[in-house]
Amino acid sequence: MSSIGTGYDLSASQFSPDGRVFQVEYAAKAVENSGTVIGLRGKDGVVFAVEKLITSKLYEPGANKRIFHIDEHVGMAVAGLISDARQIVETARSEASNYRSQYGSPVPLKYLNERVSMYMHAYTLYSAVRPYGCSVVMGTWTDYEGPQMYMLDPSGVSFSYFGCAVGKAKQAAKTEIEKLKLGDLTVKELVREAARIIYLVHDELKDKQFELELSWVSKDTKGRHELVPRELATEAENQAKQALADIEDSDEGEM
Amino acid sequence: MLSVNENFPEYAVPGAKQHRFEPYADNGGSIVAIAGDDYAVIGADTRLSTGFSIYTRDQKKLFKLSESTVLGATGCWCDTLTLTRLLQARMQMYEHEHNKSMTTPAVAQMLSTMLYYKRFFPYYVSNVLAGLDSDGKGCVYSYDPIGHCARHNFRAGGSAAAQLQPLLDNQIGLKNMQNVTEAPLPREKALALLKDVFISAAERDIYTGDSIYILIITASGIQEEKFELRKD
Amino acid sequence: MAFMGDTMNPTPLWQNGPSPGAFYNFPGNASTIAPSRHGVQDFTAHSASPITTTTTVIGVKFDKGCVIAGDTLGSYGSLARFRDCPRVMKVNDLILLGCGGDYADFQYLKDIIQQKIIDERCVGDGLQLKPRSLHCWLTRVLYNKRSKMDPLWNSYVVAGIQDGEPFLGAVDKLGTAYEDAVISNGLGAYMATPLLRDAVDKGPLDQETAIAVVRKSMEVLFYRDARAFQRYQLGVVTAEGIKITDEELKHDWSLAHMIQMK
Repeated sequence: MSSIGTGYDLSASQFSPDGRVFQVEYAAKAVENSGTVIGLRGKDGVVFAVEKLITSKLYEPGANKRIFHIDEHVGMAVAGLISDARQIVETARSEASNYRSQYGSPVPLKYLNERVSMYMHAYTLYSAVRPYGCSVVMGTWTDYEGPQMYMLDPSGVSFSYFGCAVGKAKQAAKTEIEKLKLGDLTVKELVREAARIIYLVHDELKDKQFELELSWVSKDTKGRHELVPRELATEAENQAKQALADIEDSDEGEM
Repeated sequence: MLSVNENFPEYAVPGAKQHRFEPYADNGGSIVAIAGDDYAVIGADTRLSTGFSIYTRDQKKLFKLSESTVLGATGCWCDTLTLTRLLQARMQMYEHEHNKSMTTPAVAQMLSTMLYYKRFFPYYVSNVLAGLDSDGKGCVYSYDPIGHCARHNFRAGGSAAAQLQPLLDNQIGLKNMQNVTEAPLPREKALALLKDVFISAAERDIYTGDSIYILIITASGIQEEKFELRKD
Repeated sequence: MAFMGDTMNPTPLWQNGPSPGAFYNFPGNASTIAPSRHGVQDFTAHSASPITTTTTVIGVKFDKGCVIAGDTLGSYGSLARFRDCPRVMKVNDLILLGCGGDYADFQYLKDIIQQKIIDERCVGDGLQLKPRSLHCWLTRVLYNKRSKMDPLWNSYVVAGIQDGEPFLGAVDKLGTAYEDAVISNGLGAYMATPLLRDAVDKGPLDQETAIAVVRKSMEVLFYRDARAFQRYQLGVVTAEGIKITDEELKHDWSLAHMIQMK
């Protein structure tokens, strides 16, 4: 970043001479420091997995959740500053609620994504505000459109994805996700993959403790966004730990 | 200049009637409260009705406001529910502010104020408040719907008040009797009298019946009692 | 949320009380010399009567739960206008809600309740609304509307399981609320209540008998209430959950010609 310190990074309402908005890029940096979040869109639904870093042992288990319900049929996993993310969650919820009250039907994810993206983008335009320091992944499953998933950046840009990753280890996670045949996998299979990937990309040296959060929205849940049932979640988590241990064993063997 | 009222006829035409929403209901019910030297008893029937139909035969209309204060409220039941809830909230606020529970006379005054606050859209409720005052003596307060408040030794309220009150006047107030001497009213007699007057009222008032729910307030706490009335 | 009114900024605790000046500016006695006979209220639109209406809803408690029922006819005055107006609604796993009266008002409140349930799920603490809470909430909503002289023209029956025990409560358009083992509104108060109270007074009622007596009541109502219909919904709530079924009663008018009325 050659232009740092040249004064063009103090406001979100000013471009740098080479056409960048530094505040937005700094916001993206804030997201990169967060625990990894992945979203997988399979044959019959969407699975979210979050590596929630535990920054203090004094927290209760399950505190500071990073997966949220937005509406009956929409889930959201967030990376970045949790307080910023919670505000995005609130915005999305009231958008979903407004849509319901106006049209009497669940909000289409495409529309919700557009609204939330516009909201986030608005915070990249003015000098009096700073951009949101978070990225969010939204997903749903409907009878008529099947699974859908979007990821939103602090810049207000959003894309639809088959598989996406954001946070600390997004590169490693993306490499793993690319190996999957997402279109053929069911959510039950994806939950195992998601757990495995989170365990695989977790950096034990830098971040000691983490909690794995898993949720899904699929045909089997009748299009409702739900936490993955505890039984299945622990099973997936155990398999992930086993897979990791196997890799470490074979590494030692080679040495 | 045209004055609207003098130069134009009233547009309301006879025959065509605008139906207006009636925000009040008469849900019936009667209360009797009697104060003694060191106690107060208060009873209310448990019939909740509208016109000729009975909503429920088992509606308590006495509200324990504190360890030494009970409010009996009948009339428009939706107003009763609202008023009592507001009263309980106000009493809690008082408690948090003053670090003590409200005395019965304080509750009595506050209730009057709260009723008058809605002078032009009143709570259609007949209230009788019973309890012990700060000296431990029994006291009874009665109200009209817009906040008139007075202290008595015995009082009837609600749909059968006109049947109940004269009986109490005679039996406790010793009105219209010759050669009687005033004596403190024992608790047992007050209780028996309360049941008797309700039995009479239930004979004549269709809005009073089913059973009476009685609370007896003494320094040692509040006792409950239930007494069956005719159910037709 | 948005259409629930402003839940985050509730109206002040002191509503309906006097505002500054209210003690000396009496209604209709303001400082104008030739006072208008119309109060300000006359110019705001308020519902004075229901439009599309539904008739009786009945509810009865049995040993392990509650049954409620209401037919699916929406009447437009005396016209049998709509034949499929469902008005027994599942609120959550523990609460059933039945409604009689203005159908539009019910649909309005139904949407609000459903959003309440979604909001509750969003909190994600696994807690669920309980029937007594919904019942109390309804009393407040309806009472506040009646106090604005703009009522929701409905009678509600809330049935559910509260801490393992059956709960059955009623609220009407004024906010009048009570709990009882038997509830019915409208004509049902005169025709169904006696049947239902009889059944309850005979002793502990089981689910089967409760459903049977509710079915019988719906039949009686269908024969005598001109605003009743043969198709109705029957909802049962127990600790196991909620079941709403569509029922249709068989009717036989072959005796009708025997009844001679002048």
